[in-house]
Amino acid sequence: MKPATRLTVMLIVGCLIGGLALMQFSPTAGEEASPVFWLATLVLALLAVQSIRRMAAVDSGRVYGTLTAALFGVWVIFFWQLLVVALDVPRVLLPPPSLILQSMSTHGPTLWGDFVQTVLKAVLIGWTLGSVMGFSVAVAIDRLPFLQRGLLPLASLTSTIPLVAVAPIAVMWFGFEWQSKAAVVVLMTFFPMLVSTLAGLKAAGRLERELMHSYAAGYGRTLLALRLPAALPFIFGALKVNATLALIGAIVAEFFGSPTSGLGFRISTEASRMNMPLVWGAIVVAAVTGSLAYAVLVQLERRAAFWHPSVRES
Amino acid sequence: MTKVVARGPIARWTRQGLPVLVIMLAALLAWYLGAWLLNAPAAIERVLPQDGAWRWQDLLVATMEMQRPVLPAPHQVWQDFWSAVLDWPLDSPRNLLFHVAVTAESTLWGFVMGTLLGLVLSVCIVHSRTLDRALLPWIVASQTVPVLAIAPIVLVILGSLGFAGVAPKAVIAMYLCFFPVTVAMVQGLRSPQRIETEMLHTYAATRWQSLWLLRLPAALPFLFPALRVGIAAGLVGAMVAELPTGAQAGLGARLLTGSYYGNTVQIWSALVMSALLGLTLTTVVAGVERLVLRHRSQA
Repeated sequence: MKPATRLTVMLIVGCLIGGLALMQFSPTAGEEASPVFWLATLVLALLAVQSIRRMAAVDSGRVYGTLTAALFGVWVIFFWQLLVVALDVPRVLLPPPSLILQSMSTHGPTLWGDFVQTVLKAVLIGWTLGSVMGFSVAVAIDRLPFLQRGLLPLASLTSTIPLVAVAPIAVMWFGFEWQSKAAVVVLMTFFPMLVSTLAGLKAAGRLERELMHSYAAGYGRTLLALRLPAALPFIFGALKVNATLALIGAIVAEFFGSPTSGLGFRISTEASRMNMPLVWGAIVVAAVTGSLAYAVLVQLERRAAFWHPSVRES
Repeated sequence: MTKVVARGPIARWTRQGLPVLVIMLAALLAWYLGAWLLNAPAAIERVLPQDGAWRWQDLLVATMEMQRPVLPAPHQVWQDFWSAVLDWPLDSPRNLLFHVAVTAESTLWGFVMGTLLGLVLSVCIVHSRTLDRALLPWIVASQTVPVLAIAPIVLVILGSLGFAGVAPKAVIAMYLCFFPVTVAMVQGLRSPQRIETEMLHTYAATRWQSLWLLRLPAALPFLFPALRVGIAAGLVGAMVAELPTGAQAGLGARLLTGSYYGNTVQIWSALVMSALLGLTLTTVVAGVERLVLRHRSQA
C-alpha cells in the first residue's frame, strides 16, 4: 500500500469513527448545542470533504468510483441526521433519517400492503401488458410501411403529452382499485415500447440481411434469427424507461383517487396529515423499487444480449 | 434493392402526411364507435323510452348527446372545448385558457430555473473531479427513481415556509427539468475530442475560453433533446402539483374538479388542452433548437 493510499484510508476511517463519536455528543431535543459541538462538526465536515476529494482522486477501476459515490451518500445522510437533530428542525420540514427508518419499521405492514397494491398489482401488470402490447403491435405492423409511417409520428408525439392526466377517466371506467392504475400504466408504457421496437427492427445491418436472403431464409426466419435479436438493446432500453414511467404513472394515478392503500395514496394522505416520516418512508420504498427494477433489467439485458457491442464494452 | 423515393411536395405528402391522416381518421372513427358502444347501456336505461319503442337510429343519436357520458363523443368534447375557450372572459376561472396560463406559467418558471441550475451544475461537474465521482452517479441513478413522488413533500415544506401560488409548482417543475438537463449537459460538455481540447490548449486558452468557445457549442446538440424531455416532465410536475392545493386553478385542478363532479366532458376537454399545451411547449423548444443549430451540418 502506497503512503498516499494509506493516508486516504486512515482519513476515511478516522472520519467515520469521529462521526460516530460526535453522534454520541449531539444534543438531545430541547438542549442547546455547545460551541465545542459546532466546532467539532465543522472540523468533521472539512475532513469529510477532504476524504471524498482524496477518494475521488484515486484513478483506478470502477469500484473506486462506486465507493466514492457511496462515501458521499453516507456523509450526506450523516450530516442530515446530525444537523436536523442539532438545529431542531421541525419534523414537517425535514425528518431525520433515523426517524424515517423508525417509521418504516413501525409501519412495515402498512408499507408492505402499499407495495403489493401499487407495485405488484398496478405497476407489474400494467408494465407487462403495455410493453407486450407495444411490442406486438410493432411486430404486427412491421410489414405494413403505410401503417408505420402513420403511427410512428403520432406515437413519438405522445411522449410530449401528460398522459398521466387520463387517471381521472381511468378511475371512472375501471373503479378505484388497481385496475384503473394499471390502465394508466398500460397507456404510458405502450408508446415507448412501440417506437423503440420499430426502431430496433430496423437496426439489423444490410449485410446480415442479405446473408439471410442468400440462405433463402424467409420473413419469419429472418425475423427470429436476425432482426429480433438485433432489436434487443432497443427493447431493453424501452423496458427500462417503462419501468420508471410505470412507477410514476401508478403513483400519480393514485393521487387522483384510490382505495385505502398504495404508495401514492400513502404519500398524498400522510402528507396532508403532516406525518412526514411515513411519507419519506413510502418514497424510500418507491425509490428502492425503481433502482432494483432497473438493476434487474440491466442484468437480464447482459444475459440476453451478451453478444452486443454495447454490453461487451461495459 | 433500393427503392426510388419520389420527390416533390405532392409525393412527400402522400408518403408522409397521408398515412398520418388516415390513422387519425381511423382513431376518430374508433372514438365514435367506442362512444356508441360504451354509452349504449346508460342511454337505453335513462334516455330512451322504457317500453322499447325506439329504433337503432334513436340509440345512435342518444349515445352522441348524453349529459354525462361514459365516453363523450368527439364533437361533444369539441363543443365544450370551444365554449370553454370562447364563451367566458379570459380572467374567469371558467375559461380553459385561464387554467392553461396558470399551468404554463409555473411550468415555464420551473423550466427556466431547472435548466439554469442544470447548466451551472454540469459545468461544475465537468471541472471538478470530486463532484464528478461523488455526485454524478447519484444524479444518473435518480433517473430510475420516480422523483415525481416527492412533489407532495415539496408542497408541504414550501407551504409551511409560507410560499404559495406559483412558487411550489415551479419548484416541482424545476427539479423535474433539472435531472435530464444535468445528465445530458455533462455528456455534451465532455463530447469535444482530445484533439480539439489540445488545440485550444496550444492557443493558451483559459478554462473559461475553452468552455465558452468549445465545450458549450459542442454540448448544444445534447442539450436540446434533454430540454424537450425536461419541459414535458415539468408540465406533468406542474399539473400534479395543482392536485392537492384545494383545486383552484390550473389544468390539474380542472381535471380534479371535473372528476369530483362527474363532469366527463370537462375532463376530456381539459385533457385535450393539456395535450395541446404539451405539444406547443415542445414545439417551441424544437423551434429554438432548429434556429440555434441551423448552421450545423446534419451528422
